[in-house]
Amino acid sequence: MFTYTVRRLITMVPTLIAISVIIFVIIQLPPGDYLSTYVAELAAQGEGVNNERIAYLREKYGLDEPLWRQYLMWAGGLLRGDLGYSFEYQLPVSELIGDRLLLTFVISIVTILFTYAVAFPIGIYTAVRQYSIGDYTLSFIGFLGLATPNFLLALLLLYAANIWFGTSIGGLMDPQYVGQPWSWGKVGSVLAHLWVPVVVIGTSGTAAMIRRLRANLLDELQKQYVVTGRAKGLSPGRLLLKYPLRLAINPFIADIGNLLPQVVSGAAIISVVLDLPTTGQMLIGALKSQDMYLAGSFLMFLALLTVVGMLLSDLALAALDPRIRLEGKAAR
Amino acid sequence: MSDLLRVDDLHVSFGLMAGRVEAVRGVSFRVPVGGTVALVGESGSGKSVTGQAIMGILPRAARIDRGRILFDDPKVAAPGGNGDQPVDIAALPARSPEMRALRGDRISIIFQEPMTSLSPVHTVGDQVGEALRLHRDVSRAEARELTRDMLRLVGFPDPRRALTTYPFELSGGLRQRAMIAMALICRPSLLVADEPTTALDVTIQAQILKLIRDLQGELGMAVLMITHDLGVVANVAEEVVVMYRGRVTESGPRDAIFHRPRHPYLKALMAAVPRFDMAPGERLQPLRAVAHTPGSRLWAGDAGARGGAPVDGSRPLLTVDGLTKTFGLRKSGWFAAKDQRITAVDDVSFTILHGECLGLVGESGCGKSTVSKAIMRALAPDSGRITFDDRGSARDVLTLEGAELDGYRRKVQYIFQDPFSALNPRMTVADILGEPFAIHRVGDKAWRREMIAELMQVVGLEPKHLQRYPHSFSGGQRQRIGIARALALKPDLLICDEPVSALDVSIQAQILNLLRDLQRELGLTYLFISHNLAVVDYLADRIAVMCKGELVELAPRELIFRDARHPYTRALLQAVPAPDPNRRLDLGALLSERVSDPALWPAPFGHDASGAKPPHLIDLGRGHYVRATHAPQPMEAAQ
Repeated sequence: MFTYTVRRLITMVPTLIAISVIIFVIIQLPPGDYLSTYVAELAAQGEGVNNERIAYLREKYGLDEPLWRQYLMWAGGLLRGDLGYSFEYQLPVSELIGDRLLLTFVISIVTILFTYAVAFPIGIYTAVRQYSIGDYTLSFIGFLGLATPNFLLALLLLYAANIWFGTSIGGLMDPQYVGQPWSWGKVGSVLAHLWVPVVVIGTSGTAAMIRRLRANLLDELQKQYVVTGRAKGLSPGRLLLKYPLRLAINPFIADIGNLLPQVVSGAAIISVVLDLPTTGQMLIGALKSQDMYLAGSFLMFLALLTVVGMLLSDLALAALDPRIRLEGKAAR
Repeated sequence: MSDLLRVDDLHVSFGLMAGRVEAVRGVSFRVPVGGTVALVGESGSGKSVTGQAIMGILPRAARIDRGRILFDDPKVAAPGGNGDQPVDIAALPARSPEMRALRGDRISIIFQEPMTSLSPVHTVGDQVGEALRLHRDVSRAEARELTRDMLRLVGFPDPRRALTTYPFELSGGLRQRAMIAMALICRPSLLVADEPTTALDVTIQAQILKLIRDLQGELGMAVLMITHDLGVVANVAEEVVVMYRGRVTESGPRDAIFHRPRHPYLKALMAAVPRFDMAPGERLQPLRAVAHTPGSRLWAGDAGARGGAPVDGSRPLLTVDGLTKTFGLRKSGWFAAKDQRITAVDDVSFTILHGECLGLVGESGCGKSTVSKAIMRALAPDSGRITFDDRGSARDVLTLEGAELDGYRRKVQYIFQDPFSALNPRMTVADILGEPFAIHRVGDKAWRREMIAELMQVVGLEPKHLQRYPHSFSGGQRQRIGIARALALKPDLLICDEPVSALDVSIQAQILNLLRDLQRELGLTYLFISHNLAVVDYLADRIAVMCKGELVELAPRELIFRDARHPYTRALLQAVPAPDPNRRLDLGALLSERVSDPALWPAPFGHDASGAKPPHLIDLGRGHYVRATHAPQPMEAAQ
């Protein structure tokens, strides 16, 4: 197990290098760079361009250098923990992201818990009572959730929250709290705003998870060992939890790896629609304006989280499923 | 003797889309206290459904329509009954606490497939001990102790370690032992054994049957043995109940049933089982014989093919020489520095003569399928040569490339064990049978259509069913489709890898007869692989026996059965249960798993101190070879 972990850690290095190259190339792919976009924008607005400043920035960030040198500079900075400097915000990237991470974490974790709390009971119910009225009803609602575009649901819920509860439109707190230090009033306001994004981001995930859990569990319920459990005299509830559910859950553990980056990136489109002060919205802005260091460092951070998340879920799978842990050694 | 279980006019039906289907239609029988009753029938006869009804574990779609299942436990006042009254299981809801208390405690069951019957992610100790903790008021430590005792009782060599192993780490035989331990841990009065040995090798089967019999005596329980194998019935049952299409056709004491079968179904069933004492040329009598029509195209030889000139039966068609194949084990060490290798096939040499059927016998894992795959060029051996006589010119099979390899593949075809997974469920039969022609670009559209129709008739199927998909055929019919596909290219050599192991006895007889007729009519050469000696005996001219990757004995059919020299061959022969109560297995004298361990074979067969096998097969004359350091004495005198 230990050597396995170490080996996995070592293989992460080339993976991350490959990802960083791909990220860099893709961001650089559109013609021009941030400064040319910026100059064009200023010119369009009829404002004068401070050529000296542009030249200074160009010099400082090596935008005239060949691509491979730019890459090395950026990658070298990452290794030293320097995420670079955002052109657009005129701030170091680390400061920019740090502010938004907390709220992103709150939203994402509540969303994940919401997804699990709703999806698991419904998924189990629809599998155990397959083809019952309850199964059909819940599956129908689930498909609705799967099929409704998220931004549409977001707008509807915002409207409803505003009409019925008087919640302000957009954002994650009432306008008077923005930029203020934390207080109980601010926490309350955040909680009042939180449920809309949580429900919006959660529904599609919930619906997908219900369907997957139902399908997995239905497969497992057919298996012979379930009959064996019944033949032992186990009660239906204990039987379900101990055997088929235990085996149906593997794909969800494997999914933990995907959750970690999600926690940070949030649902980017939704945060734009809902005007959430999360990191997702910022990422989209940075990609649009070719804010190289912000976007690149951000994507790198997500990649790192994905790779670490995959490692964690693989380790968790190995810990939970003896077949994965022992099969390689078994003489077969 | 009083009755432990009385099944009285039981009716069970399944609710399907098309309406209710009656699976069990008025079955009555009894199981005496401590007795053994065998419930015999083909698949679909309702025997397993009856067993499930007794356990209260019928599938949800099934319903007991009528009848009673009276269970009268002498040891314990039944929880659902009042006083000494027997419990009517048929009247208890399957999920009721009364039924749950009975299930796993007083009545328990073992299933056919020991791998899928156990959860792969829970330890053996957990799963075996679970029933104990459910039904007995024992502490965790006590349960552990009792579980270990039970595992020792069913023959685990190291019960303490077994507690923490997982089912997939065990061999098939040990898994079934764990399953038995699980069923017996509460010392039930009745054990329902649903085909407990069907998925096992004959040697393991004999051990498991012995184990069940021993434990039955020790624990004083009754056994309801559900099986399709008359050989098993003859060896273990005291009373026999024969089921056919949901009804009991015949029942009575074993000897009466075997010596004076009255119902035509039972007589037919007995005639369908291959036996060792069959007269040369005697045919099996399948329950429903299929007529197959020889077709003109398949029989008409293309230029210079075997259809024309008579084949020379003394020349080898295929020569396998020194075939060795090892598989690497992935080790989770630092960059897999230490590479452990397992030898699957160890220096195997044999020949297959033109027009003969060579039987290849051995337990699962002995390497017989690896040999066949090497011949098919489906995997590359480490060393050795395979030479194929391609109508006069010798071809080195292992170095064939491109067009020559394609040509070779047309001449060697394969019939698989599992007729269900061997056919693509999304292709019609016409497509399946036409595929060989399409791959090798043989014939035009019209010719192919006629040829496909002819192939159907050759294996006794209706050409009008060509547009159907495999799922609308039964197991035996699918196997015939598989045979037709293998015949399509008029091959010289057919490799049959356990072609009847997944089939019922009656269907097995059909397929064996078909293979036998086809061989004669088409002058085919077979490599027939099976773990069942009786089946091989029916078809093979010569038999090769493999164990742990080694070829241990090779002899003409009649010599193997009369004069087997190798201890492993002899053990295999002894372990086949004959469907005759007068010639029962000597379960007591059976060797344990040791017979398949080359290190424990006696001289001159055993391995030397360094673990090396005797280097050569010794020629005993008359085509009889055995692997030994010097010629062993004939053992006929010793018997």
